Amino acid sequence: MNAKLVLTTLCLTGLAGLSHANDPNLARNLAATCANCHGTSGKSLGGMESLAGEPKEKLLQKLADFRSGAKPASIMHQISKGYTDEQLDLITAYYAAMK
Amino acid sequence: MQNRREFLKSAGAVVAGSSLLGLAGCAGMDRGAGGHVVVVGGGYGGATVAKYLRMWSEGRINVTLIERSTEFVSCPMSNLVIGGLKNMTDITISYDNLRSRWGVKVITDEVLALDTAKRTVSTAHNGTIAYDRVVLSPGIDFMFDRVGGLAGNEELIPHAWKAGPQTVVLRQQLQDMKDGGIFALHIPKSPYRCPPGPYERACMVANYLRREKPKSKVLVLDANGEIQSKKALFTKAFEGYKGLIEYMPNNELRSVNAKTRTAELDFEKVKADVLNVIPPMRAGNIATQSGLPLINDRWVDVEWLTYEARGIPGVHVIGDSLFPAPTMPKSGHMANQQAKVVAAAIINLLAGEAPNPSPVVMNTCYSFVDAKNAMHVASVHQYDTVKKQPMPVPGAGGVSVAANEIEGKFAHAWAQNIWADMLA
Repeated sequence: MNAKLVLTTLCLTGLAGLSHANDPNLARNLAATCANCHGTSGKSLGGMESLAGEPKEKLLQKLADFRSGAKPASIMHQISKGYTDEQLDLITAYYAAMK
Repeated sequence: MQNRREFLKSAGAVVAGSSLLGLAGCAGMDRGAGGHVVVVGGGYGGATVAKYLRMWSEGRINVTLIERSTEFVSCPMSNLVIGGLKNMTDITISYDNLRSRWGVKVITDEVLALDTAKRTVSTAHNGTIAYDRVVLSPGIDFMFDRVGGLAGNEELIPHAWKAGPQTVVLRQQLQDMKDGGIFALHIPKSPYRCPPGPYERACMVANYLRREKPKSKVLVLDANGEIQSKKALFTKAFEGYKGLIEYMPNNELRSVNAKTRTAELDFEKVKADVLNVIPPMRAGNIATQSGLPLINDRWVDVEWLTYEARGIPGVHVIGDSLFPAPTMPKSGHMANQQAKVVAAAIINLLAGEAPNPSPVVMNTCYSFVDAKNAMHVASVHQYDTVKKQPMPVPGAGGVSVAANEIEGKFAHAWAQNIWADMLA
């Protein structure tokens, strides 16, 4: 299943009721869901990749490759499919801006 | 692998840049300009909500964390202590950074009662404490009276389902067991804390016995009809311990004899050398005794945007105490995720703003099958505005193809990073 099809499926099934309200802290809140493994504010203690300060385009490409299967993963191919494109855009922009 | 001291040191270095050290003096005040939040319970949920409230409010909200234990002891990874692969010091972490770096007022005490009308909690040693909002993260308490002969016999028949002294008791009993002995583990009916945990424990015990006491046996007495998490993967792991692990489903425990370590089940009577009974459980006592709405008389019913107990504004409940949304596990990882949703919601509510209308939570649980190999289950849950609760995203999440060494390393890194996310 390619990434586009996955996203289409997501939009048609699970996320139909998802709100797109303009919360100024939406990116911060979404990014915090990554912090368990990747460290508070994206600063990992090791063993997982740090996300803080990584270029947005690089992070988005990695996520796209996880979703498509182009980049082999133990778990990120499954987790990355749980977020919308819009959410991943917010998350990666947030981490890219972290020092 | 870092030892604990190095880990804490590097954890400190990582967050020092965003430290709230200069605000620590504010923690002594009961109510600040931003309000006062009392957090009950310093586990995966409570510690996280305390830290994130301070961090995200930039010190404007005063936070008091009340916890019985002087140090945090992790349930995840405690099966490795029982199996002799880790020590208690590896899973024990101080609350000092919450105090000094984040300005959380951490009190070692027990909350005896919650007055939702007066907005106070009463404690055993620190009197009555007022709050603007309270977060209950009390985990679970056991229903010992559901199993005849079990109440009061925790030392002889340990559960080790709250990490700490019980972990040490069970480890010691396993070490003292003779070669050729029987280690019987009883699993209660779902839902219980940490769905894959009992099966991981069976593997950790068997891994130790294979090496040290190979004539022994692990009996897994499951009240459920089948393995409750990562079924195919644990079935395979149990096959790898052929002759050592025997899995017996549909075996609900009726009574125990603590002196003879005998378990009377629906269809069996088992005499064990070590009897590890995980009793039936419900939300922590402070949640069940405070007039909060319960489902099945066990778990707290919450509104899913703010995690407030349904119909009781200002009382937020997170972690294992909740009646879960569909497929949402009772896990430390999930409690940490819920804590962040609640921290964000409380900051908005105290400022007179609406909570985030589209919170996301996700879960990852790693389980070890031996000293090196681990496997995961993962899921992502998006808030559904029609169902008014988080729903698992179809097509996302899943389990490992097989237990493997790479995920064994990730499991250790997961622990280091989540412990820092809560406590560093």
